[in-house]
Amino acid sequence: MDAILLQILNGLDKGSAYALIALGLTLIFGTLGVVNFAHGALFMIGAFCAVTLQKVMNLSFVTIDETQTDFLGNPLKVETPYVEAWFGPEVGASIIDWSVPLAILFAIPIMLLVGYVMERGLIKHFYKRPHADQILVTFGLAIVLQEIVKYFFGANPIQTPPPDALSGSVDLGTMIGFDPNAIIYPIWRLVYFGFAVAIIGAVFSFLQFTTFGMVVRAGMADRETVGLLGINIDRRFTIMFGIAAAVAGLAGVMYGPLNPPNYHMGMDFLVLSFVVVVVGGMGSLPGAVLAGFLLGILESFASTTWATTTIPGINQIIIYLVAIIVLLTRPRGLMGRKGVMED
Amino acid sequence: MLGLNKKDTSLLIIVAILTLLAPFILNPFPEGSAMAQFNAGYPDLMQRFVIFGIFAIGFNILFGLTGYLSFGHAAFLGVGSYSAVWMFKLLSYNVIPAIALSVVVAGLFSLLIGFVSLRRSGIYFSILTLAFAQMSFALAYSVLSNPKFNLTNGETGLQVYADDPQILQGANAPDLPHLFGLPMRATYTMDVGAWSFDFNAGYYLCAVIMMAVFYLAIRIFRSPFGMMLRAVKSNQQRMNYTGLNSKPYTLAAFVISGMYAGLAGGLMAAMDPLAGAERMQWTASGEVVLMTILGGTGTLIGPVLGAGFIKYFENIFSKINDNVLHSWFAFLPDGLEDAVVFLIHPFIGKGWHLTLGILFMLVVIYLPGGLVEGGQRLLNRFKRRKTGTDDAPSGKTEPAE
Repeated sequence: MDAILLQILNGLDKGSAYALIALGLTLIFGTLGVVNFAHGALFMIGAFCAVTLQKVMNLSFVTIDETQTDFLGNPLKVETPYVEAWFGPEVGASIIDWSVPLAILFAIPIMLLVGYVMERGLIKHFYKRPHADQILVTFGLAIVLQEIVKYFFGANPIQTPPPDALSGSVDLGTMIGFDPNAIIYPIWRLVYFGFAVAIIGAVFSFLQFTTFGMVVRAGMADRETVGLLGINIDRRFTIMFGIAAAVAGLAGVMYGPLNPPNYHMGMDFLVLSFVVVVVGGMGSLPGAVLAGFLLGILESFASTTWATTTIPGINQIIIYLVAIIVLLTRPRGLMGRKGVMED
Repeated sequence: MLGLNKKDTSLLIIVAILTLLAPFILNPFPEGSAMAQFNAGYPDLMQRFVIFGIFAIGFNILFGLTGYLSFGHAAFLGVGSYSAVWMFKLLSYNVIPAIALSVVVAGLFSLLIGFVSLRRSGIYFSILTLAFAQMSFALAYSVLSNPKFNLTNGETGLQVYADDPQILQGANAPDLPHLFGLPMRATYTMDVGAWSFDFNAGYYLCAVIMMAVFYLAIRIFRSPFGMMLRAVKSNQQRMNYTGLNSKPYTLAAFVISGMYAGLAGGLMAAMDPLAGAERMQWTASGEVVLMTILGGTGTLIGPVLGAGFIKYFENIFSKINDNVLHSWFAFLPDGLEDAVVFLIHPFIGKGWHLTLGILFMLVVIYLPGGLVEGGQRLLNRFKRRKTGTDDAPSGKTEPAE
């Protein structure tokens, strides 16, 4: 029992990332009808927002401290980050420590801007072109974004540690009545899961309870009629593209402490996120979220030693297998609607 | 000639002349001169030109004719490579059985994948093929290389070891891939004045095979079968309404292009008897898509041009470094020189992929027909200016809707 619970928990963090990326993909597909192969790159850019902020926070100046000497007797060089000099050592240190969560504030405007520029500058011209062209141009864009990041940050993964307060593990088992040490779980994964749920909740309630969201939903159902009613639906869809980009970016920001970001992390996630979208049903937002968590948990179950000794390598291929089976037996996906991308 | 019309015959002859004389054409600069770094006439690179040409020709039969965008063709290339190396391990280093088996195995593999994937079309098809290819990659990389059942040798890559059976390997046969005793690495170097030209056995084997499959591709393009495939691209629904089942046609196209990919993979292994899983990764599938689009989708010569273009510039761009740039722009004033070099720096050397991505986007945005369409446009503009009329035929027929 506790083993099962542990595997479910283990699947939640990857599942959260899948769900967030797939949510953005579906949002873009449902509103603009564009298949965005550059969405993984947006996730990666989000992660590198955190990296950038961390680097900026650690910018420091060197002073020579005459009171301390190294083993040769020379005065020691002390590096003081500017933030510590400005805000005082204690506040500054905690700002540096919390740079990953702080990067959320920094990433939101950047990702909205990136999404807006991408839609207005490139995607806009591809609405009337075939899906194959959309796939190709966003694929090209993904390569370009990836290579730009590689140029500035190098090819190696960069460590982005979580804040000290959230970096340890917690014994979840004792809280719900299992033996001690049965379920030990890193705190940051719980934080990531909670964060993902909050973002997903925010997106859904934005669509459900605001006038803007209502218009967007109407546009998803029938774009032309909404346009005829005198509403500038294109502008709203552009904003939705920005929001989808921000969702992917935030997923990336918070993912850094789980897995050090490198320039091709987006591509790795993109392929799986597409599979998630397809399993969930193209154009269905709840489907994307549900399938994201389901596949994440499934992958975690397939990674147990029991599963990998029964069928070697099942953890590597389980998601693809499930996708193939779902597509062949239930072509619309788990929660796909009739009439959306039927062919 | 050979059942082709005049235009196709001349195209085939041009391609034949270009490939057979490639060692001369690709080495226009004397050895040791400053421009020698632009020479591409060495065996390894020439082999890559024709092998990727074969790969792209095959991909174009699927994508160019039926419009089905497969993102998993590298899987067939990898399967072809693995089967060829297994043939080396089990039978002998002779390349004929290896290449034959790689085509057959890739054909069977693509039949399986195509049968499943072609139940869907459009973006679903792309994602399904992508999923299959990633699955094959994962299988080859880790799953099929456990000690009990080692089919792919995982990260190291499959290669021939001294204790492999090689039951047909003759006592005095060369200990590397060969064609009835002629090693693939055999190179005859001809020195003419300052120039030196390499004639490589492996290259000529690939070139002859490429001409054969290019001829086959022309025949497919011009056949009633090719017309059917085009009909699938232009309007599959209408085709189904007229009572035709399009599935066998698309599946046949998929298998044919899979076999082309397998052939390319087999040749790759024949040139260098090593097969690694990274050949199956989806970036490799993306590369062949790039080649086909860049050259010109649905045209005969386009994919070959695209493959040559990408492989050539990959090689050249990767070689250029800051020192070379400084020597090029030495005529500029110092500050300006540094600025220019600084601006170009991200795009050269390791930045080749960035250049490729930008180029690819530009082609998709402005020139969906690729290099071939670009050439035609230039030609048309030139003609128009010459005759002074604006109503030159566009060379493209508009479909009647």
